[in-house]
Amino acid sequence: MSARTFPGGIHPAYHKLTAGSPIRDLPPPAQVVIPLHQHTGAPCQPLVQKGDTVRKGQKIGDVEAVVAAPVHASLPGKVVAVEPRPHPAGRDVPAVVVEWDGSDATVDLEPHPDPHDLEPTRIAEIIREGGLVGLGGAAFPTAVKVRPPAGTVIDTYILNGAECEPFLTADHRLMVENPQSIVLGLRALMKAAGAPRAIVAIEDNKPDALEAMAAATRGMPGVSVEAVHTKYPQGSEKHLIKALLGREVPSGGLPFHVGVVVSNVGTAAAVGELFATGIPLVSRVVTVTGRVREPANLRVPIGTPFSVLVEAVGGFNGDPLKVIAGGPMMGVAQYSLEAPVVKGTSGLLVLGPEDRVPEPTSCVRCGRCVESCPMRLLPLYLEAYYRAGMIEQTEALHAMDCIECGCCGWVCPARRPLVQSIRLAKLEITARRRRAAS
Amino acid sequence: MLEAILVMAVSGALFGGLLAYAARRFAVPVDERAEAIAGALPGANCGGCGYPGCSGLAAAIAAGKAPVDACPVGGARVAAAIASIMGVQVDTARERQVARVFCGGGPRCQDRYAYQGIPDCRAAAAAAGGGYKACSWACLGLGTCVRVCPFDAIFMGPEGLPVVDKEKCTGCGKCVAACPHNCIALVPVSARVHVLCRNRDRGPVVRKICQVGCIACRACERVCPTGAIKVRDNCAEIDYGLCTNCGACAEKCPVHTITVEPEERREESVAAAS
Repeated sequence: MSARTFPGGIHPAYHKLTAGSPIRDLPPPAQVVIPLHQHTGAPCQPLVQKGDTVRKGQKIGDVEAVVAAPVHASLPGKVVAVEPRPHPAGRDVPAVVVEWDGSDATVDLEPHPDPHDLEPTRIAEIIREGGLVGLGGAAFPTAVKVRPPAGTVIDTYILNGAECEPFLTADHRLMVENPQSIVLGLRALMKAAGAPRAIVAIEDNKPDALEAMAAATRGMPGVSVEAVHTKYPQGSEKHLIKALLGREVPSGGLPFHVGVVVSNVGTAAAVGELFATGIPLVSRVVTVTGRVREPANLRVPIGTPFSVLVEAVGGFNGDPLKVIAGGPMMGVAQYSLEAPVVKGTSGLLVLGPEDRVPEPTSCVRCGRCVESCPMRLLPLYLEAYYRAGMIEQTEALHAMDCIECGCCGWVCPARRPLVQSIRLAKLEITARRRRAAS
Repeated sequence: MLEAILVMAVSGALFGGLLAYAARRFAVPVDERAEAIAGALPGANCGGCGYPGCSGLAAAIAAGKAPVDACPVGGARVAAAIASIMGVQVDTARERQVARVFCGGGPRCQDRYAYQGIPDCRAAAAAAGGGYKACSWACLGLGTCVRVCPFDAIFMGPEGLPVVDKEKCTGCGKCVAACPHNCIALVPVSARVHVLCRNRDRGPVVRKICQVGCIACRACERVCPTGAIKVRDNCAEIDYGLCTNCGACAEKCPVHTITVEPEERREESVAAAS
C-alpha cells in the first residue's frame, strides 16, 4: 500500500490521546436538547409539542425540502419544551427538549439486514427517514448525496477514514471496533449511488484501523482499503479524491462532478446500524479530549449537553481557556456548555491557557500560507484585500474556493487571522451575490 | 525667413481648422445644469443619497430623477442652491438628520465570552452567538462606525460606546449601514430624548444581561403627555414627530434606558472626551 497524498497541507502535532481508548457508552442524561437544525439545508419543523410523550427513535422534526434530514428523539420521555436553545454552531436554534423517563421504550423498528435486495431509491428513502447526515462535521444529508442529479455516473464511492484533525479518534475507534457496521453501511451506500467500486481511505498513522478494515472488506468485489499519507487536511473530500484518483473537483463543483461520492466512515457505520437494526440516527461517538482529566471516546445520545460530557470525563484539568466543538483546526469555540451534541459533533476539545494564540503582528510576506494552502489560494492577499474592503478582488482570487481548513493561519509566523478574514470575505461575497440576484 | 513664416502660418491655419471641425464633430453633449449642480454639491462622494457619488446625483437631479433636496449632507443651503439652478422651489426645508447610537450598554451589558480576532464589529458579529455581548442588539464597541464615517463625526467615548458629533454629522448614513447590530439610526437633529436600547427580548431576559436595557415596563408610555413613546415588540420607541423633548419619560424610566441630552451636546461631549 503506497501512501498517497495531495500538494500543500501541514503536519501539526496529532495529540491522538484517545487512540487506544475503547468507545464507552455513556448512561443517558436526565435531559436531551435536540436542535431541529442539525444538517446543511432547510431547518426542520417540530412534529411534537410541549407535554407530548415520545419514544426513542420517534421522528420529532421534519421538513418538505430536498436538502434536509429529519430529527428523531434520542431518548424516551416527555417533551418539556420546544424553544430556541444554544447550538454548537453558535446561535440559538429551535430545539425539542426531552426529559428522560428512565425507560428504554423504543419505536417499532424495521430492519433491512440485506440492502442488496433493495432498489437504490428505496435505500435512499430509508436513509432519509433514518435522519442520516454526514457525521464528519459538515452534516450534509446523506440521502441527497447518494442520489446525485440524473445523468451523473458515479464510478467510485470513497469512505473517508482519514480523520486528519488532531485529537479526534471517534472514526478511528469505530473502524477498529465496529468494522462490520461500516461494511454493511458501505454496501447500502454503494448500491444507492450505483457505484461499482469503493475505496476506504485511512491515514497511515492508524495501522490497526487499516488492518481491521482490510480484514472486514476481504472478499468484497470492488472494495479496497488504501493508506493515505498522514497530513492535514487529508480528510477533506476534495483532497482525498485528488490523492486517490488524481481527479480534481472543479472550482465551485462537488465530488459527483468527477463521478465520486465521499462519505465519512462514521456515516457508513450509522447507515449500517440503520439497516441492521432499523434504529435511526439517535446517538454518535464523540471524542472528549484535551485538558480534561480522563480523555475518552463516548457514545452518547444526540442532544446530550456538553456539560454532561465534561462531567463524564472527570471534569476540566485546570482552567479551560477554550472549549471547542469539533477538532482544533476547524471546530467552533463554545461560549456555553449548555450546547448539545448534534449529528455533526465529532469531538469536544478543551484547550488550556498555554494554547492561547498570541496577538497578530504584521505580515512579513514569507509566503508560507501560500505553500501550505491545499486549495492553491493566496491567503495573504485575500486577507489584505478583505481588510481594504476590496471584495471584488477577493472574489477574483477565488476566496469562495477556500475550505477554511486553517492551514494558512496555523503556519503564519505573524499569527494573522487569515481564515477569519477569508470567511468574512466569503460572507460578503455571498451577500452581494444574493443582492445581485434579487 | 519668409518661407518659415509661410509654413507656420499655413500649418497653423490648417491645424486650427482641423481642431475647430473636431470640436464640433465630436462634441459630447453636456447638461450644463448637471455641471452646475455638481459644483453646488459637497463633493464628498459619500454615497449617502444612494447615487454613485456627487456627479451621479447631479446627473439624476438634472434629469429630474431625484428631488433637489436629495443630498442628505448638504442640507437646506445646498438644496436651495440646487433649486435655483433647476428653477424650482424647495417645498419645505426638511430637518437635518444626524446619526444616533441606540445602545447605552457598554460596561453595563454583560459579555458572553472574550472575543479574540479581527477588531471590527462586523467580524465580531459573524463569530459565535452573533457577537461577544450577551445582548444581540448591543453596541460591540469595536469602532467600525468610527472608521467608516467620511466626515470624522464619530469618536469612541470613554465607556467604549461611540459618540456622534452632531455638528459634523451630515446624516449620510454610512455608519447606519455598517453597524452589524443595527444600533445606529438617523434622528432629527433637534430630538434630545432617546431610548438607548434596541433589545426585543422580554423584560426578565434583558434584566439578566444588561443594567440599562429596556424592560418594556410601559412606565414611559403612561407618563408621556403627547403619546410620542410606545412600547413595541418589547422595546420603547419614540415618534420624533410627536416628542416635545419634555423628558417626563426619562424621569420615570426605572432602568435609566431613556436619556435626555443637554441642549449643547457638542461642547459637553468633546470636553468629556479630551
